This record gives sequence, structure tokens and C-alpha cells, in this order.
Amino acid sequence: MNVDASSRCDPATLHRRLRNVLPPHCLLVEDEDLRPYECDGLTAYREMPLAVCLPENEGQVVDVLRTCHQLGVPVVARGAGTGLSGGAMPHAEGVVLSLARFNRILKVDRDSRTAVVQPGVRNLAVSEAAAPFGLYYAPDPSSQIACTLGGNVAENSGGVHCLKYGLTVHNVLRIRMVSIEGEIFEIGSGAPDAPGYDLLALCIGSEGLLGVVTEVTVKLVPKPELAQVVMASFDDVAQAGDAVAAIIAAGIIPAGLEMMDKPATAAVEPFVKAGYDLDAAAILLCESDGTPEEVAEEIARVRAVLTGCGARDLRVSQSEAERLRFWAGRKAAFPAVGRITPDYYCMDGTIPRKRLAEMLAAIAAMETKYGLRCANVFHAGDGNLHPLIMYDMSKPGDWEKAEAFGAEILELSVALGGSITGEHGVGIEKINQMCVQYATPELETFHAVKAAFDDKRLLNPEKAIPSLHRCAEYGRMHVHRGELKFPDLERF
Amino acid sequence: MTLDEIVAAIRAAHAGHTPLRLRGAGSKDFYGGLLAGEVLDLSGHRGIVDYEPTELYVTAKCGTPLTEIEAALAEHGQMLACEPPRFAGATLGGCIAAGLSGPRRMQAGAVRDFVLGVKLVDGRGQVLNFGGQVMKNVAGYDVSRLIAGSLGTLGAIAEATLKVLPKPVAETTLEFACAADEAVRRLNDWGAQPLPVSAAFWYEGRLWLRLSGAAAAVDAAARKLGGKALADAGRIWEDIREQRHAAYAAPVLWRVALPSTAPALAVDGQRAIEWGGALRWYAGEVDAAAIRAAAVAAGGHATLYRAPESLRCRIDPFTPLPPALLALHRRLKKVFDPAGILNPGRLYAEF
Repeated sequence: MNVDASSRCDPATLHRRLRNVLPPHCLLVEDEDLRPYECDGLTAYREMPLAVCLPENEGQVVDVLRTCHQLGVPVVARGAGTGLSGGAMPHAEGVVLSLARFNRILKVDRDSRTAVVQPGVRNLAVSEAAAPFGLYYAPDPSSQIACTLGGNVAENSGGVHCLKYGLTVHNVLRIRMVSIEGEIFEIGSGAPDAPGYDLLALCIGSEGLLGVVTEVTVKLVPKPELAQVVMASFDDVAQAGDAVAAIIAAGIIPAGLEMMDKPATAAVEPFVKAGYDLDAAAILLCESDGTPEEVAEEIARVRAVLTGCGARDLRVSQSEAERLRFWAGRKAAFPAVGRITPDYYCMDGTIPRKRLAEMLAAIAAMETKYGLRCANVFHAGDGNLHPLIMYDMSKPGDWEKAEAFGAEILELSVALGGSITGEHGVGIEKINQMCVQYATPELETFHAVKAAFDDKRLLNPEKAIPSLHRCAEYGRMHVHRGELKFPDLERF
Repeated sequence: MTLDEIVAAIRAAHAGHTPLRLRGAGSKDFYGGLLAGEVLDLSGHRGIVDYEPTELYVTAKCGTPLTEIEAALAEHGQMLACEPPRFAGATLGGCIAAGLSGPRRMQAGAVRDFVLGVKLVDGRGQVLNFGGQVMKNVAGYDVSRLIAGSLGTLGAIAEATLKVLPKPVAETTLEFACAADEAVRRLNDWGAQPLPVSAAFWYEGRLWLRLSGAAAAVDAAARKLGGKALADAGRIWEDIREQRHAAYAAPVLWRVALPSTAPALAVDGQRAIEWGGALRWYAGEVDAAAIRAAAVAAGGHATLYRAPESLRCRIDPFTPLPPALLALHRRLKKVFDPAGILNPGRLYAEF
């Protein structure tokens, strides 16, 4: 939804009104100060805002939101800006509301296993603060040293351990949220099953469209005594996919279950020297955690299953250092691919695991079609695939090809029974593919839900949920759940 | 009963402004606000649509009895880990609409944590699909989880997909003798340690603790914790899950949810403690205002869970919402059910 041009607020008025509610060091208006905020982790999309607000307390957040509501100015909330879908990309006629100064851990309580934190606290800092109590915060997105809890709530972030430990939505107990009108809502609580609708589930993953979070209560879990990882290599990706299904069928829910294809291990190995089998078509990393007895029992079962599935090589980490080295390659996959290509574009579709071989074959065909290479890393346990499409921004037409390549992967994810995004969010990046995943009545419902929180549509407008007009333009109103009306039509 | 018939019934009710009372097996008719409206019986829309053990999900129509789903899962060694009560023939739709979870809730999660997707018929009779069958899906608002616990006020759940989990390899139950305060203290202390505790129940000076997981882990934890191992404990946990245990046998029963560490409320009538201290049951002549105030002061909330109609018509079942939240609830209700025909008053009298 575009902000009506006639109601556009002139920058001078906006700056004057914001100066009334914020001290000078909490407001940025000069181009050189705004520049660092022009994009998030998805650098292909950029926009300059009219101002950046850096409030230091909730009262200031309320005042900024009220001011923007009165003036009809869009507001984009921002944590660390590590998101990969452009969710924190500014609005050209709007304000960026940075929660960076909300960086205090207010409470860590061992007995109730909870922490109360401000939204600008980094994900890893929560686990560090809980460590003296033998506890940690389970969701661990790969950006956890930098990304913030507020951003995690906005995106419903996952990580490599979410098959066993859940996503942000399973690990957040309560949020305090300010509406665009400046009203404060307490959603959820330290007690289970808060009365009324499950607004916590609705708000977590809402990509900053429903409100601005000012406080988060998270669940902490006891740190397992031991973790060990099995690394298995396979001659065939389908075989590796079958091995994943066999582990699940054996009644095992590993703490982590990750797959990398050959181009991914080839990119990673020279970078981290993890000791990956470079001749393998795919490698699997399967982690077990718990008490030493539990881990020993589970590792033995995992080994038996993987051997039965034809793994050509199996190695079990024998020390914490070796376990971290096995993981280092997986965790460094993105930067490692970044070393072998000028630019890469990361996709985030989820698919039923059993469709993996089909998806990888289709991606291989797309590499030929678009003339671009692609490495695949896969949260195999929960079907979340991250193809890394390699391109060169400086080459004319390359980005457009990468974007079309990515769109085709996402649309195939939907066609295979999955989703366009497992953990990175829709943001601005996948806004068109939302038209493929959802039909008009669902999209209308999403807009109505949005209006129940923000009827002027000022919070992060034009993100996450496409307007019906946009979908019509994208020419996909007739597409739903992969049933392409014109499947043979080429689209770029 | 087909999806088209559900749609037709809701469309007609919407057009005629006829209140509807959505009903599966009716096993939770006692729960929530007083029943109102013409019964729309959804129990005939039944059957498992899709079950993929290695993908960890099951999709079924709303009228499918939980026992039927669980029997299919058991063939593959899997379970509904939130352990929802089955009562008399409880259905999948009712299970999600009520959002009531069982003994394993604190370890495994609540009903909402396992909802992956729903096919919803909203108050206009539109069929809406939210979520799906994959574990991770952050496209669009998480409406499927919003539906869990909404007591049918936002739409008829025609079909739903739940995440399933393998049954634990080993389970053992320990019994300890202790007073209620001591039980709460111990449960929180154990909860902060890497122990495979999967359920707890305190009643009349006895604390039962269930351990689940790998055989070696369960054995090691049992040795560490001491207590007396109980034989035939499976039946005990079934009785707790189905609320057939004597602790729940009272004409007036309050369900009080609290932070697990909350000290005992200054209210008489505490009967039982579950969920690591986070769920406490009160029975008998309890003053509604007093127990609500005490629960809220302790950071929780009190639900009039089961009571005779003479009491239910005077007391709201759920803790009243602050005005701003209530207004938001009404706006959301309007999004899904503009005519206000679905289960009016079942959640809150105001909508």
C-alpha cells in the first residue's frame, strides 16, 4: 500500500516534530548519518529514510510512534539489520526506529528458567548471561553474535537446532509491544496459556508490521552436558536425503541435522579445513546432545542407521574441538561461498524432505538455464533449504538472472508442498512469491489482521504481505499452491 | 459431512445472522462460556488425510477422534507430544480449538506449539489455508497458531496439520513424599538441570515425576534423583491426562496458571500441582474475585474450569482482559467473523 502522495509529510516538519520528543543525540537526519541504515543484510535493496530515531526508553518509543501516526509517516523498526529479506530496509518517506539502545538484559532467573531482555540485546548475549546458571537460549540463527532478540521476534528466527528445540515462537513467553498509536500491550506472560487469543503466535514473525517490541521474556533451557556430531558422506544426494528420513523413522530427533552438497563443501573446505570428504556428493552432520549416557546411546543408533543407508564414510567427533570444527564448515558456508564469487543470493524455501532430490535436480537444471552456479546447504531435519546462487553484481543482467533463479526456486518450493520462507522472512525480497503461496482470501485476511493493529498501515508498509494490486501486476492471481495455470510460460 | 456442507452451513448462518455453536464430540462442553447458538455438528467431517511418519506430520479432518489419530501414530512409534486430553471421543478440531494440553506440556510444548497448518472456514464461509505441512514456515502471519485455543470464535477448523514426535524409548515414574511448597521448590530446581523430566504431578503429599528419553538417560536420572520407582505408572499418567484422577473430581474446579516458581496463593483449596509448578488446581468454595486477584498478582491467571451452570452464568470463565487487549480481540474477531455468529460468548462475553 503506497502512502498517499497528498498526505506526504515534508521532512522539515517531521524533523521538527521528532526533535520535540527526542534529545538531539537520539535523532539522525543528515545523509551521511542515514547512509548506514539504507539496507539490511540484503544489500541488493536500498532506500534512504527521512530520519533515524534511536530512542533510549519506552516513553520515547511511544512518542515517536504517536508522532508518526499523527503525521501519517511510515515507521520501519530495526534491530541489528542482519536480516536477509530486506525487512528492515527503510521507507523513502518514513522513519527508521532503531532499537539498538535497548540493549540491557533486565533479569536472568535460574529457578524459573527465564530471562527478561530488551529488544536490542544480541541473541548470543542472552545465552552468555545464562551460562553461569547452566542455562542457555535455544534458537541460534547463524547471525547470533550480531542479531538481536527484537529482530528474532520479528522474524521468528530459527537456527540449526530448531527441529529439537523449536523456533523463536516456541521459546518466547511474553513480549511488551507498543502499537503505532502508542498504546502498550503485554502479550503472553511468565505463566502458560495466557487468556484470550494467542497473540504471541500472531506477533512473532510479523516482521514489524503489527507493533514495536520493547521487552521480551524468553525461556531458557538447561545446557546439555555433552554434544557430539556424526559426519557422514554419501555418493548420492538422494541417498543422503533417504538417510535423513531413516534417522527420523528410527525415532531419533537429533539436536541438529544438516546437509551440504558438493559445491558447498568445495567452497568451505579450503576456507575452514573442517576435514570434509570432498569426493562425496553430499555430507550430513547429525548432532546428538544430552547426558553422556543418552548421547552414547543415540550416536550408536545414528551410526547404525547411516551405515545401513550406505554412508561411504562416517566420523564421530571425539572432542569438543573436533565437534566445533565439523560445524565450522557449515556455519561458515555463506562467507565461504562469498569468497569464491563476487556476490551470492541466499534462498530460504522449505520443502517436505522427501522432495529434496527432486528439488536439487531442478536447481541443477536452473544452473544451466540461467548460467549461474549454486551451492546448497540444507537444514535437513526441518526441510529448510538455503541455495546460494552465485552471481556478479557488476555484470549487467547478472542480478536479474539471480533474482529470477531465486524466484523459480521459491515457486517450486510451494509447488512441492513447502513454503517460500522457513526462517528469513518475506520482507521486500519475497513479496511477489507471497502471491504464489497464498490466494486472495488469505491475503485479504492478512491485510485485515494488519488493520486490526495498524489501520493506517504505517508500520513497515509494502513489506511481508503484498497488496492485491501488486499480485495482480505480478500476474499470479491465478496461481495457488503451485497449480500454475500457464505452467509452460517463461517468466523473468 | 463434507467441507462444502460446512461452508454452506456457515454461509447461511452468516446471511441470516444465526449464532452457531461449533461442536466436535462435545467432550469439552463444560469448558469456557455458556453454550449458545444452533449446533453445527462437525464430527462427521472426519478421517486422516495424510500421515507421513518421516516428515513428522499428520493431517486430519476436524471430526477425527484423537484416539484414531493416535492409533495410526502408534503404529510408527509416534505420538501427539502435547498429550491433549481425549475425554469422551475428543476430536482433532476440538483439541485445537480448546488448546488444552496434557502432562508433557512443559517439556514438549502446548497444542499450539504443534500446529503446523489449518484449513479454516471463517465466519463468512470462506475457506482459508494457513501454514502447511512443513516444520518451518514464516510466510505471512501465523494464523494457524492464533486459532489454537480460540474456542471456535474465529472459524471452524475443517482440517489441521500437527507436528508429531517419536515416543520416548524409555519411561519411568518416581514417587516422593513432600508438601506442596517443597514440591514446587524441587520441580524448579530439577527443571533447571539437564534431566529428562517429562511430567510432574503433586497430590495429597505425594509428588510423581515422570522421566522419558533414552534408556540410559532415564536410568541415570532415576539413580540421581532417588525416590521410589512406581510400577504400572502408565495408567497414572493416563488418569491425569484424562482428568479421571481423584484430584479433578470436584463440582467446582479452578485452573490456575502461574510462573512455575510462584509461591502458594493465599487462597484455600489447592488440590493438585502439574507442569513443574506452573499449573495448580483449586477446588471447593473458592471466592472468584480472590483467586483471580491472587493469580494475577502472582503473574498468572485463573480459569473457572469446571462448575455448575448456576456459577458459570455469574462468573466469566477466563481472566478478564485489560481494555486495550479486549478492544484488539474484538477487532480480530471482526476480521474472521464480522457477523459475530461463531460460538458467541464462549471465550469472552463481549464477543
